[in-house]
Amino acid sequence: MSRIERFLPRRHLTSVSPNTTPAQNNAPDRPNPDETPAIAVEGLCKQYRTHWAVDDVNFIVPKGWTVGLLGGNGAGKTTTIAMIMGLVVPSFGRAMVLGHDMAIERHKVLSRMNFESPYVALPGRLTVRQNLMVFGRLYGVANLKARIEELIEDFELGDVLDRVTGRLSAGQKTRVAVAKALINDPEVLLLDEPTASLDPDRAEWVRSRLRAYQKRRGATILLSSHNMTEVEQLCDFVVIMSHGRVVAMGRPGELAERFKCRDLDEVFIYLARVA
Amino acid sequence: MTQSLNRIAAMTARYYYILRSSSLRLLEIIYWPAMQMLVWGFLYTYLYDSKSAMASTAGLLLGAVLLWDVLFRGQLGFTFTFLEEIWSRNLANLMMSPLQPFELAASLMLMSLIRLVIGTLPVMLLTFVLFGFNVFAMGPGLLAFFLNLVLTSWAIGLVVAGLVIRQGFGAESLAYSIMIVLLPLCCVYYPVAALPLWLHPVAWSLTPTYVFEGMRAALLDGTFRTDLMIECLALNAVYLGMGFTTFVALLQSARHKGGLLTMGE
Repeated sequence: MSRIERFLPRRHLTSVSPNTTPAQNNAPDRPNPDETPAIAVEGLCKQYRTHWAVDDVNFIVPKGWTVGLLGGNGAGKTTTIAMIMGLVVPSFGRAMVLGHDMAIERHKVLSRMNFESPYVALPGRLTVRQNLMVFGRLYGVANLKARIEELIEDFELGDVLDRVTGRLSAGQKTRVAVAKALINDPEVLLLDEPTASLDPDRAEWVRSRLRAYQKRRGATILLSSHNMTEVEQLCDFVVIMSHGRVVAMGRPGELAERFKCRDLDEVFIYLARVA
Repeated sequence: MTQSLNRIAAMTARYYYILRSSSLRLLEIIYWPAMQMLVWGFLYTYLYDSKSAMASTAGLLLGAVLLWDVLFRGQLGFTFTFLEEIWSRNLANLMMSPLQPFELAASLMLMSLIRLVIGTLPVMLLTFVLFGFNVFAMGPGLLAFFLNLVLTSWAIGLVVAGLVIRQGFGAESLAYSIMIVLLPLCCVYYPVAALPLWLHPVAWSLTPTYVFEGMRAALLDGTFRTDLMIECLALNAVYLGMGFTTFVALLQSARHKGGLLTMGE
């Protein structure tokens, strides 16, 4: 039993179950137990030398849900997301996306997913149009020009389209990066702090676009963030990590109630301190 | 297959956009080989005019410089194009896309070839105009020399790219230095016979040795050593296979180590 588990009763580690009730966005009322989940993380562990960055993490993300992966710095969120993307191979356990084990058959599913992170840049010397063209072709997007036109309209990129990506402001770069993440109309979208470094107005703008996309496409989104307001607004369900382990799961409102906190912010701080 | 070709074309276009975006980069590709050629060209002229015993080997010197540059620039073109992904922190985007390792390698090879043609052809023409040395006098053998050297440069480029993925920026300096190890062993400026006997097997295990021996046969005796080129091509096929296997193994090792996401930071 980990140090964290000794402090937390097991009931806090509730998983997404068929009885879990809806969410605030476009998620179905209940996850269908017969349907393959969009993401399934089973006994996931990652050891770097003697340090366990991720230690026995389990959760599922049903299709069409938006789930937030929360935790302080070094909690293991980025490593977990990297294993779900197949960029990092787990030491134990597995991360499945749309029924495929990402450590061994990621190529079967990569064209159906995408990701965005402020820590991974788009080629700075290429113009926005060139970047969208290159990634569109890498993802094998049919009717690419029309898709780019849609994204230009959705993300108001018309004025920066022929500008070099590296010279854009942080807000403009985020818009372009999210547009790139949606270029292949992904069924599964992984977002690592999508609004980090944005002012509140721009962050809300990006969130509104993500909500609109999720609603239109019925996509599954796994989102890591430190912004609890963002998580409350976007997520149907949250998974909170600390020291590489899951310490709590539930709907945002439920978690606040369970920990007798006013909001998710307080839950986060409480769990961070207990851990 | 069509998807694969489309992705290779997309990556080649990505690298071409970078090249096209900076006239300084274009100039740099021609600048170094041209400067080197001027230095060696003047030495060639001096030796040729001196009527000394060295005069007959002056052409060999210039041919060796030109062919060595094909090998060196081919590898640099491959590795530097790959390093663009590290410098721009774009590797995770590519690794998350459906791009397969062999497609990335193929686009790097194509780009290395494009850079080589941009850098080498004008220099070969310059050598003819300024010093009267016609590299094309080597005949159709030149094409075989070029092909074999390019294949070797790709095999080495694959290993260096794999090491950069696995070890990070620490391995970046290999891009410049790795070829220098080959210089004394693959007998660029002298025949294999000039090496101590115990180094002969080492020299003959290196593909450029076959090319430079072939070049000397072409320039001194006017003969094309088909045997050497066939052996060289076979050895290159092995090295290219080993290079790609190493690249994939190091990429897989980086996935275990967890460095792909933070590469370039």
